[in-house]
Amino acid sequence: MNEPIISTNDLSVHFPLTGRLFGEKPVVRAVEGVSVDIGKGSFYGLVGESGSGKTTFGRALLRAAPITRGSAIYNDGEVKYDLSTIKKHELTDYRKRAQLIFQDPYAALSPRMTVRDIIAEPLEVMGLTNSREETDERVREIAAKCRINLEHLRRFPHAFSGGQRQRISIARALVSKPNFIVADESVAALDVSIQADVLNLLKSIQQDMGLTFLFISHDLSVVAHTCDHVAVMYLGRLVETAPTRELFANPRHPYTKALLSAIPSLDPDDQGNPLKLEGEIPSPTNPPPGCKFQTRCRHSIDLCRKEEPKLDKLGDEHDVACHRWKELID
Amino acid sequence: MSLPLISVKDLTLSFRTDEGLVKAVDQVSFDIAPGEVMGLVGESGSGKSVTAKSLMLLNPDNAVYDPKSSITLNVDDKSIDVFSLKKPSDQMIIRGGAISMIFQEPMASFAPAISIGEQMVEQLMIHSTMNYARAKEISIEMLTRVGIPDPAQRFGQYAFEFSGGMRQRAMVAMALSTKPKLLIADEPTTALDVTIQAQVIDLMKDLVKEFHMAILFITHDLGVIAQTADQVAVMYLGKLIEKGSVRQVLRNPQHPYTRGLLDALPRLDDLDRPLKAVEGDIPSPLDRPSGCVFNTRCPVSLGSECETIIPEFTTNKDGQQVACLLTQKEEAEA
Amino acid sequence: MTVTTNSTTANVDVKVNQKLKEAYFTASQGQLIWTRFKKQTAAMVGAGVLIALILAGIFAPFLTPYDPTIDGRNKDYVYGAPNVPSFCDSNGCSLRPFIYSYNRTRSIKTNFRWVTEVDTDARRYLTFLPEGDKYELLGMTFTTHLFGVDTGKIHLFGTDSTGKDIFSRTFHAINTSLAVGTIGVFIAFVLALIIGGISGYYGGWIDSALQMMTDTVRTIPAIPLFMALAAFMPDTWSSETRFLFISMILGFVGWPTLARRVRTHLLTERNQEYVLAAQLCGASAGHVIRRHLLPSFTSYIIVDLIISFPYMVLSETALSFIGLGLKDPVNSLGVMLQNVTDPDVLLNYQWHFIPVLFFITLVLAFVFVGDGLRDAADPYADTKK
Repeated sequence: MNEPIISTNDLSVHFPLTGRLFGEKPVVRAVEGVSVDIGKGSFYGLVGESGSGKTTFGRALLRAAPITRGSAIYNDGEVKYDLSTIKKHELTDYRKRAQLIFQDPYAALSPRMTVRDIIAEPLEVMGLTNSREETDERVREIAAKCRINLEHLRRFPHAFSGGQRQRISIARALVSKPNFIVADESVAALDVSIQADVLNLLKSIQQDMGLTFLFISHDLSVVAHTCDHVAVMYLGRLVETAPTRELFANPRHPYTKALLSAIPSLDPDDQGNPLKLEGEIPSPTNPPPGCKFQTRCRHSIDLCRKEEPKLDKLGDEHDVACHRWKELID
Repeated sequence: MSLPLISVKDLTLSFRTDEGLVKAVDQVSFDIAPGEVMGLVGESGSGKSVTAKSLMLLNPDNAVYDPKSSITLNVDDKSIDVFSLKKPSDQMIIRGGAISMIFQEPMASFAPAISIGEQMVEQLMIHSTMNYARAKEISIEMLTRVGIPDPAQRFGQYAFEFSGGMRQRAMVAMALSTKPKLLIADEPTTALDVTIQAQVIDLMKDLVKEFHMAILFITHDLGVIAQTADQVAVMYLGKLIEKGSVRQVLRNPQHPYTRGLLDALPRLDDLDRPLKAVEGDIPSPLDRPSGCVFNTRCPVSLGSECETIIPEFTTNKDGQQVACLLTQKEEAEA
Repeated sequence: MTVTTNSTTANVDVKVNQKLKEAYFTASQGQLIWTRFKKQTAAMVGAGVLIALILAGIFAPFLTPYDPTIDGRNKDYVYGAPNVPSFCDSNGCSLRPFIYSYNRTRSIKTNFRWVTEVDTDARRYLTFLPEGDKYELLGMTFTTHLFGVDTGKIHLFGTDSTGKDIFSRTFHAINTSLAVGTIGVFIAFVLALIIGGISGYYGGWIDSALQMMTDTVRTIPAIPLFMALAAFMPDTWSSETRFLFISMILGFVGWPTLARRVRTHLLTERNQEYVLAAQLCGASAGHVIRRHLLPSFTSYIIVDLIISFPYMVLSETALSFIGLGLKDPVNSLGVMLQNVTDPDVLLNYQWHFIPVLFFITLVLAFVFVGDGLRDAADPYADTKK
């Protein structure tokens, strides 16, 4: 694997809940003890359902959410920062190198700015250009890469459809020529026919600009097609991570298996694996003891209720956090 | 041959807006047999929700129906012309009586300040002559049937006390308590996690078998359709462009749009295939293309023919219906 | 097969359509709001009336024939009925409009009350752009008025108890009320921006503290407060000082409502994703406020300001009416309404109510414009899926 551009170690993000004045203050453990290595140039998928903490994790990597514990090292060969202890002037530089693409194309663009201004904003805020001409040049360059019609630069966001807005959002994230992009559910709000278009665009830009993507999604099929490595999260914890083909061919964690079997197949005669999960995701403010998945796992034993499993290395970059994965191999 | 449960013919509907008369649905026709699950597939702007709401006359006041549209409900040996129901007391049969509906956002569908149980009882008492006690009994039965634990206790709880999946189940329970013949499900699983989605889909399949109920399942997710529907109809920009059994349409799509949708879908059984997008963007409903609605994005468009002629529905030898000039030409030559 | 007609007119339509569409796509928010505003008849009518009244107020000294103070009164025509100009009467028609002369007699027959008789034979013709009382406008002194009459005085709305022309007073009063309202709204707005702005932008405990203060000010009952302040105002103050003081009080009492609105707007806007996007580039608070937050609520704040105006005018009128605000000889609608509490006036001299009609029209115009703007500005978050 390539040298990791992001390497987290026991990363945790806790949000305090207001309420009690005395005693232990309750916290929401949105992300708990996640250790991953994201290789440079990879298209790294992060999947999970609601409450999994994947969005919070992505935002923590951009310092849009506080890091309570653990470390996250950014190393692109030029600079090396520990995001958990980053200083202000380092953070200013880091922002040029790491950016975020939002989920909702309708909320992510200021309705009062022209497309040109929206895309130019990062350049202006970060002082990356010296003149208006230079800014315009950079904006046109990235707009062309994102297949945005140059005539549309003078229009306002209300003139565009969801897919087009998402392309504007992408252009804004890329204009500062970053190395690392967090794409937070960037295609979830798009129609299927547009989704494929945006995904293809992201992949072509990755090749072209040599970027690393952290692709956060709840849609496993999309992740399967675009990512080279996948990590699965459940209730703030990392449960399994492996290269894409390996994960889909040989899932080891019961949750991953259930997730895969829950995806409705496009073949009407394929009724799927009867591995449907019962019950609901526990509340993040009141997680069950031991393994977080044990309340819904049909294979849970006493050990699962007492002790939280550590991440076991299976080799070939395949890690699993389950006490019984060896026994459960089909 | 028995009468279809509901028969929609030439449904055409426009909305009066600031920008003028905007056509939302254009000459849509389909039949749903009793106990059949019909999937209505389309993307944004396809008009699928508007079509469904027309069956219950739930569209807002600025909706203008073309006089040639007709919707006929055949239930209890009666043929009811839905558009002739003017008084609210007559409309009850299509609203919660023979036809029930569940929506995408269960949080928005339940009144926040009234307990779930009260809402279910209210629904039952409007549509039947039973008293409160009997209605409560039936409601708790339905809650059990949809798999909600502790139904007697849950009966008195409010919508915010339920999780997303449970709320959706409660909505199914409420919709089914009047034993409707047709359930309209408008994107019921889109807002749910995929594991919860699987549970709700299973539930609906069981209920269809038990109640012999027909479902009009509206969604953009072809995978869900593959697993639940018998028949599928594909809509694009207000027009129905392909209709057939689910196996036919998914394995042998006749319309270029359906083919495009299937090509753009990431499939777990074929990870090496690149995703092929459909060219262009969905046109705004204010800007409907002339001729075939799909011609602006069609990879096999016949040029000016497709720009001027509106294709009609033709049926092939397998019973599959499609509205496409090219396919019809190929059929004729075959 | 159905064939759609295809002709050259369709092509022309397409071209025109393209231009319109391009205009729509490149329209800024302000332009879109203006387009939507124009479509509302009530709002446009209200705007027209409002502009007319404001201009009438500003140019009141020119439009009205006489000085509205004691200096311009007509001693011979006290409690006089309105002189309605006409073009024709039993003696024939004339191109120039005219009014009649009056004879005032007092005798034992009438219990020594002044009785006015109209003399239909003695005509007085209206003159246009005559010279008259001096007045100051825009820093310069003029003496030309819009119209007058060849002999004596003309009172289109009649006169009051001392002979002052109600027509002149009405328009000057509009000006005064608008001026008081403007100063009051301005002060309230500045305070609201600062306090509401800090509250909404920073949130947290600053917000809580400021909100408690805002609520405290809001709960102070207005009438006792004004009574106290009015008692505090010494009689030795000139009318201008009183005027300024009243305006300032209105502003200081009126800011909580506006501040609350500003705070709400900021709280909503601050959580928008595009603000987060700017912050992720390292944008400073100043940049975020300037480029995202301020433009976003400008349209809402303008609506709020316009809606506050009638409340200020109403407050001033109410205060002056009960004697706690401006007093004679300063003209305001409230002062003029003070005169109508006399039952004698109510029964016999109903023309004193004409200013009320102007007042109602002014407030309604503000309300229609404000409502129209609010409707035009609101549906901007459309085109969601």
